[in-house]
Amino acid sequence: MSTKHEKEPLFSARNRKLISNPLGMENPITVQVLGICSALAVTAKLKPAFVMAVSVTVVTMFSNLIISAMRNSIPPRIRIIVQLVVIASLVIVVDQVLKAYVYDVSRQLSVFVGLIITNCILMGRLEAFAMSNKPWPSFLDGLGNGLGYGLILIILGFTRELFGSGAIWGYSIVPQALFDFGYKNNGFFILPPMALIIVGIIIWIQRSRNPELVED
Amino acid sequence: MYSNAYILRYAAIMVILVAAILSSAAMLLKPLQDRNEAVDKMQSILIAAGFENVNSSNAIEMFNDNVTQMIVIDQDGNLIDEYTDDAKENSMAFKLNLKEELYNKSLNKPYKLPLYIAERNDKHIYIIPLHGVGLWGALWGNIALKDDFITVVGVTFGHKSETPGLGAEIETPIFEDQFPGKVIFDETGKFTSIQVVKGGVASLPADLQKHKVDAISGGTITSNGVNDMLQNVLESYVTYFKSQE
Repeated sequence: MSTKHEKEPLFSARNRKLISNPLGMENPITVQVLGICSALAVTAKLKPAFVMAVSVTVVTMFSNLIISAMRNSIPPRIRIIVQLVVIASLVIVVDQVLKAYVYDVSRQLSVFVGLIITNCILMGRLEAFAMSNKPWPSFLDGLGNGLGYGLILIILGFTRELFGSGAIWGYSIVPQALFDFGYKNNGFFILPPMALIIVGIIIWIQRSRNPELVED
Repeated sequence: MYSNAYILRYAAIMVILVAAILSSAAMLLKPLQDRNEAVDKMQSILIAAGFENVNSSNAIEMFNDNVTQMIVIDQDGNLIDEYTDDAKENSMAFKLNLKEELYNKSLNKPYKLPLYIAERNDKHIYIIPLHGVGLWGALWGNIALKDDFITVVGVTFGHKSETPGLGAEIETPIFEDQFPGKVIFDETGKFTSIQVVKGGVASLPADLQKHKVDAISGGTITSNGVNDMLQNVLESYVTYFKSQE
């Protein structure tokens, strides 16, 4: 039966869309409004924002893959718990391996690894996509959503570090002459409320350019 | 439709499988993790004492070469253990659980404290390990003093889970570089510790500046934690320092 069915290429147009859509029209943060909490917490500097973006992308990809492979055996009544167990064990194993083999990286990540478990993008994508799709598209969906999340995180981290600390990736780039002239770093940018304001501005710009995103 | 029996079986098997995977991962990796933690502790001690080019591959060797003495003192400043052999990580001072000892201190029970003595440019440097609490979890670190027991050579801090970009900034050079040259006693010999204060140390009179460093903006509770940790640990060594002068 399946031999007659033509096999879909690995990167068909439909599969490519799974990666590109979450970057814009279906962005997890600005459109699906998932993962806001960590986007506020870890974006005071660019570097932790980048690390968090990479970690979340890796975990969404693999939890989507595993859940999708298990999807036909999971009893619907306990599916949320099953999903949670998969995410949590994946994160714990990754954390333990990092601590054992790349201790420096693990110190860099510090609290992020634990925070990944609480990111609603993970459960959101498992429920919305992986539970009803095949493993490979689910894997790509995880990749796309991780990248869409990462994109917003990096915009936030960049803006907040530039205006809040006058630096990018820890290197000061605002010239001393400007400070002598009376310029000051804006301390408000370091605090989480400013991240919320920037997310709001991004949503505003995105919706004013794409009227179909605007609800009545 | 799945039967209740299937759901129970499914849940039970999943839980047992996951438990087995996680506990075997934890057990297999534990020795490597402990090793990394010990190396990290040595690195942090060496960096506090001002040694350069310390990394995870040469830390053990440099530690054994440069840290000449590992001692343990009790609450009254009496020497109770001294270790000068090669494998420094086997010493009582290195293995002492500081968290437990400080807990005993808070209960007014007898306690023991470690002190590491390193030699750099023919001068003794005294390194004191620190332990305290921040906003979300434990803080730790090392503070190195010159052989006058007053002047700070350097510090290193670490934390379990402070907020990145805010409290976690205590382990960056921006914060740590404020400490060298500060003093923990005033002219009359009274213990002042190093205070972590809000509002700009630079605007204070010079005789106060040498006991204070700037706190982290947005990291008040972590900064207070560092302040209390320094106060609580350093004051326990005062009797010993006085007896050495």
